[in-house]
Amino acid sequence: MIVASVANVLVWAVWVGAAFACIGSGIAVVSFSNPFYSALALIGNLASLAVLYLLLSAEFVAAAQVLVYAGAVMVMFLFVIGYLGDRADAPWAGGPSWQAVGAVAASAALFVEVIVVIGLKTSGRLSHSPSPGATFGSPYDIGRLFLTNQLLAFEITSIVLLVAAVGGVILGSHSRETEQ
Amino acid sequence: MRGPDVVWYLAVAAFLFCTGALGVLMRRSPLIVLLSLEIMLNGANLALIAFSRHYAQGDGQIFALTVMAVAASEVVVGLGLIVAIARKHLDLDVDKLSTLRG
Repeated sequence: MIVASVANVLVWAVWVGAAFACIGSGIAVVSFSNPFYSALALIGNLASLAVLYLLLSAEFVAAAQVLVYAGAVMVMFLFVIGYLGDRADAPWAGGPSWQAVGAVAASAALFVEVIVVIGLKTSGRLSHSPSPGATFGSPYDIGRLFLTNQLLAFEITSIVLLVAAVGGVILGSHSRETEQ
Repeated sequence: MRGPDVVWYLAVAAFLFCTGALGVLMRRSPLIVLLSLEIMLNGANLALIAFSRHYAQGDGQIFALTVMAVAASEVVVGLGLIVAIARKHLDLDVDKLSTLRG
């Protein structure tokens, strides 16, 4: 009993730390004027999200998040930001001030709507989650789902990645031709 | 389920999504717009994985992995566009890139 409550407190502490790191780094990404610092803050955001995924017993997705996002995508971002150099430094807020006010109002309204819907409609029903099976979230489970029930999603994902690779090559070669 | 309920994860996901939406609407640098878009996708991913845990079924995690692949593709194309814009010596400012406006 004591061990269980200590474990519960530990999980809560890890959750609070990861959630606040997530929220803080998310705000930092939006508010830095230098894109380099924004990209670094996004790496922190992705890492703390991986901790939240681990708490939700989604081990494979957490590993893929760190490998794919923090490994590959962010390296590409930092490479492009370094390539652009000074030109990547952007003015902070956009255009006329009514645009900034409207943006803040729109996103705040969206947040309040979502929170009200969650609070009104789901508070009772989402409190008891059944305990998942032993293989839940493991590579075995993910691979089995990808090759049986979700085979169409797997194939469509491969086509999307192929089209993106071709698009990247075409964009790069086209801009090289126009430069010459 | 030890620790917080799914509702708390959903609140964090909603906050992340709205933060990303704020960045997309307010910032002018296309690089930071892309980074904010990543935050929005990650908020959606967190909600998907939280519901996947709640129903103890792995399909939400499959959807989250698919979203990750789509996000990687989108970053490839977006960064290619940004590099192409920079090579043409245009301003990196989404308000000034209005050539396609009718």
